[in-house]
Amino acid sequence: MDLNTITDIARPRDRSGLPPFREGDAILGGGTWLFSEPQRTLRRLVDLAGLGWPPIENGAQELRLSATCTLAALDAHAADAPWAAAALVRRCCRSLWGSFKIWNMATVGGNLCLALPAAPMAALAVALDAVCEIWCPDGTDRLLPASGLILAPQRTVLAPGEVLRALRIGRDRLHARYAVRQASLTEEGRSAALLAGRCTEAGGLALTITASVPRPLRLDFADAPAPDVLRAAVEAAGAAAGWYDDPHGAPDWRRHMTLRLAEQIRAELAT
Amino acid sequence: MRLTVDGLPETLAPRPGQCLRTALRETGHHGVKKGCDAGDCGACTVLLDGVPVHSCLLPAFRAENRSVTTVRGLERDGTLHPVQQAFLDHNAFQCGFCTPGMLVTAASLDQEQRQELGRALKGNICRCTGYGPIADAVASLDLPDAASPRDERSLPPPAGPDVVRGRAGYTLDAAAPAGLLHMVLLRSPHPHARIRHIDAEAARAAPGVHLVLTHRDAPDLLYSSAQHERYVDSPDDTRLLDDVVRHVGQRVAAVVADSVAQAEEARALIRVEYELLPPVLSPEAALLPGAPAIHRKDAAASRIADPERNVVGTVRDEIGDVAAGFAEADIVHGAEYRTQRMSHAYLETLSAIAEVDGDGLLTVRSSTQVPFLTREALARVLELPRNKVRVLCGRVGGGFGGKQEMLCEDVAALAALRLRRPVQIEFTRTEQFEAAPCRHPMRIGIRLGARRDGILTAMELRVLSDTGAYGNHGPAVLYHATNESIGLYRCPNKKVDAQVVYTTTPPSGAFRGFGLGQVIFGLEQSVDAVARELGMDPVRFRELNVVKPGDPMTSTRFALHDVEYGSYGLDQCLEHVRTALDAAREEPLPPEIATDPDWRVGTGSATAMIDSAPPFGHKASVRLMLREDGRFELVVGTAEFGNGSTTTHLQIAARTLGTAPCRIAVRQSDTALLDHDTGAFGSTGTAIAGLATQDAARRLLALLREQAAAMHGGAPDTWRLDGDTLSDGVRHLPLSALAPLEADGHASGTPRTVCFNVHGFRLAVHPPTGTIRILRSVHAADAGHVLNPMQCRGQVEGGVAQGLGAALFERIRLDGNGGVENPAFRSYHVPRLADLPRTEVFFADTHDSTGPLGAKSMSESPFNPVPAALANALFDATGVRFTETPFTRDIVWRQLREACPTPASGARTLQTDGAPAGP
Repeated sequence: MDLNTITDIARPRDRSGLPPFREGDAILGGGTWLFSEPQRTLRRLVDLAGLGWPPIENGAQELRLSATCTLAALDAHAADAPWAAAALVRRCCRSLWGSFKIWNMATVGGNLCLALPAAPMAALAVALDAVCEIWCPDGTDRLLPASGLILAPQRTVLAPGEVLRALRIGRDRLHARYAVRQASLTEEGRSAALLAGRCTEAGGLALTITASVPRPLRLDFADAPAPDVLRAAVEAAGAAAGWYDDPHGAPDWRRHMTLRLAEQIRAELAT
Repeated sequence: MRLTVDGLPETLAPRPGQCLRTALRETGHHGVKKGCDAGDCGACTVLLDGVPVHSCLLPAFRAENRSVTTVRGLERDGTLHPVQQAFLDHNAFQCGFCTPGMLVTAASLDQEQRQELGRALKGNICRCTGYGPIADAVASLDLPDAASPRDERSLPPPAGPDVVRGRAGYTLDAAAPAGLLHMVLLRSPHPHARIRHIDAEAARAAPGVHLVLTHRDAPDLLYSSAQHERYVDSPDDTRLLDDVVRHVGQRVAAVVADSVAQAEEARALIRVEYELLPPVLSPEAALLPGAPAIHRKDAAASRIADPERNVVGTVRDEIGDVAAGFAEADIVHGAEYRTQRMSHAYLETLSAIAEVDGDGLLTVRSSTQVPFLTREALARVLELPRNKVRVLCGRVGGGFGGKQEMLCEDVAALAALRLRRPVQIEFTRTEQFEAAPCRHPMRIGIRLGARRDGILTAMELRVLSDTGAYGNHGPAVLYHATNESIGLYRCPNKKVDAQVVYTTTPPSGAFRGFGLGQVIFGLEQSVDAVARELGMDPVRFRELNVVKPGDPMTSTRFALHDVEYGSYGLDQCLEHVRTALDAAREEPLPPEIATDPDWRVGTGSATAMIDSAPPFGHKASVRLMLREDGRFELVVGTAEFGNGSTTTHLQIAARTLGTAPCRIAVRQSDTALLDHDTGAFGSTGTAIAGLATQDAARRLLALLREQAAAMHGGAPDTWRLDGDTLSDGVRHLPLSALAPLEADGHASGTPRTVCFNVHGFRLAVHPPTGTIRILRSVHAADAGHVLNPMQCRGQVEGGVAQGLGAALFERIRLDGNGGVENPAFRSYHVPRLADLPRTEVFFADTHDSTGPLGAKSMSESPFNPVPAALANALFDATGVRFTETPFTRDIVWRQLREACPTPASGARTLQTDGAPAGP
């Protein structure tokens, strides 16, 4: 929809062109959320597209996903990727409520920074132990584990003027074994629970829980957990964070599905 | 900035925050539609350098130097794109408003995406078709040798080529009149409040603002937004702008400015001081002693049954002796049911352009099902002579009853009259949820008594209907809800105790089925429960108890007695569904269900009867003209909003005259063309308006023959029309020699007949997750002689899809303040292609004595049996009664867990409903 209060678009070509933050600024990635709701308090959009970031950089040690990489580009990359995490990546893209047409515009960074509970890029980033590369307004960079980025629905630790530049994902994480499960009220629908588990090198389980809770939760088990141990841990973590309640699923069902899917992930990775 | 649109260079000057959709539309690229403006519905889909995107989400500036393809750019050298042709061939649209975006999306799919169409089209909503023909059309792209789906009776819709080319003119697709201004509405944040003071000075002084209207500017006159042939059917309880607000989202002020942006900016400057009044958020609360009276109005003048008690209308009656009937019964069953608040979700939002010419003629182009009734309403509310008001429609992008109201025309017209400038208003999708009427939520209590031999002895129906803040359609819906639902059963003792009450929540209104669907949801479950308790097959039980030709159709004394059995196909419908379900029970289960012991499988059915038209008359007017060029022009009063009535009018006129449909042009829905027409609602497009067309065609044919006989001798009835020539076997007269001629046709909407619908499901349900999988969906309809099978099947499939939306997904959630919690398609789930099964449609072989060429109506009613049939199948599978819609996975899971039923042995459990007695 038209954002009629916007009077200005900043279109920086490089980092020095990023304008100092002012009240009413919003970072424009793909725009698929910004333009989907009235934004009466916004005055200026800072468009990242002109920065020309390469969407995906394959380093020796890590994969670098630009914040402006679209879900379409990510999914296409994963479709041809030799690593085991490709299925996880593709499943997370598919878990976006929007169709493949939205993938053509929506960005990895935008989905993550929007910080909605159902954001599949949050599940992906946390499951892959991604590190967020953040540009600070003073010209410095800082690094932050993706698991620490999201505080609450639509709230992150990013300070005004900070820009998520990229996600860095270690090669070892791309080659690990994952299991993914999603629950939704409808076929191809919005996630009510989206879980990903990784079988760690030491034989443990790294479990990421999203969508059924207000912010991504991460449970790390040094050894493969027994079903009751897993259940108790998921139950306790979910109860502490609060099972999420919105039109996409009742909290008691989300709790139940989270426990069920966690157990399915445990069982799949245990074989 | 420069770009290419549909292959041609274009220059746009977008505003900084403008999306591509509005930038394209402002430059006349009207093939791009607004359905939600939020990226959810896909109606605005375009290709950007060949890649499909939602143009409502794309910042317009990003299209600079790029190539944009809209639906209009899909053609090559005047030849339709294969997907456009496939949509035409398969009738893959009804209102057609979603079609441009659907086509652009479908055209972009590769073969792999076409194979997984549910996923590929999850970003496209069609509210009309149920997606079946869309899936067929897309599949046909990979089956070039497949036979055409069209039979010779299924004339394609005349607007089809324009629809698939993105050239059909919807309400806001006409060229903008010079000096067009834009209106936005300020809406109430409170469920119930008195406006103490409105300070609009800053808004009036804001840039570009021409007018701010508040309750001080509104006529001091009460009316109803609901439109009926009989004015008194809804209470006069609404002011154009009121000094009391009765729901969150009620309009408080209207701002008119040069642009929407300026109007929005000014709206934010209006300061309103409210005196908060106590909210009443449920119909139960509305009836409590001491509950605040929401409309303290004169009961007789406003036609409100009991304003002090918040009761808008009641239906209370008893026929026979219900107490004796229950005493005679061997079993008595009682249960209570609830239906939810639901949005029509037609894709074209409410919109209108009002302008006044130099002679003071007010013209309103509006998205309405009722142009003539809206003309009457505008004349009355704005105190204008009716010859000074003209209302017309373009093509209307869906309605389903939701546009049988005057919801934006009045305020736009008031502004246009004040300013003498054209004024446009267009609802946002959020406004649709917050302020356009929804389906009446109802609480339904049922008691049934039956003898061991399977005969119903007593029926008792209690209904509490929530009309929300205003009574538009409230009483009429209640009458209808309590009429054909119980009228279907041949039971001597019936009692109804029903009331419709005000609450301070968004208003309810007319919705496909007009109340019947809600009551049938309860009644058909209770009928199923009684049959099972008696150990009878529910279909057999219905066969024993439904009315048959000759039986009186009885409900209450409020029912009119102009309904007859013009035809009767219920027996065929029941038989067909029984046979289909028997066969379905023998079908092997899909492997993933057969191999998982948690799944439960069951079958169920439900039945519905509907009168073929609304009571108290429904007037249809038609004028058929022979033009100088020897071609015909048919002027039809009723509106086309995807129901396909235009096609049947052509068929009826052509067949009656003896000419080809292509020789007849249709104009419609314009008060300047005819005197009066009640409009397109109550399933009247074919059955009533079609009669008027038949009448006009007969009269014109008679005139032609008389003229020919007068000119050339012979008896008039020796002359026959054959294509473009009138002939008596010897002489041949070109039609142009007889032109001009014209004849008017009329229909009054009485007598009426009855139509029947029976739906059956076989489904599997998975208690550990609450997932429902529909394995077989079968619908039998008695529509009389089916004039256009493809189109009629489309109406049935579309109605079933909406019924499944009601049964499985859709619910408007209200927050603690009575505001809508989910006013968007991302949180209010309208079925997508991936959500729906294919439905097998059967038509009874009947020929109606009242309708045109033996046809009956078939548009609202396919919805009505669907939720109950699904609930009955769920019971069969699980032994648990699902008494409240929708059955979302979380609710199904919870209810099955709480009920802890004994695991059903396949589909053969015959447990009895243990639900509590009625309200």
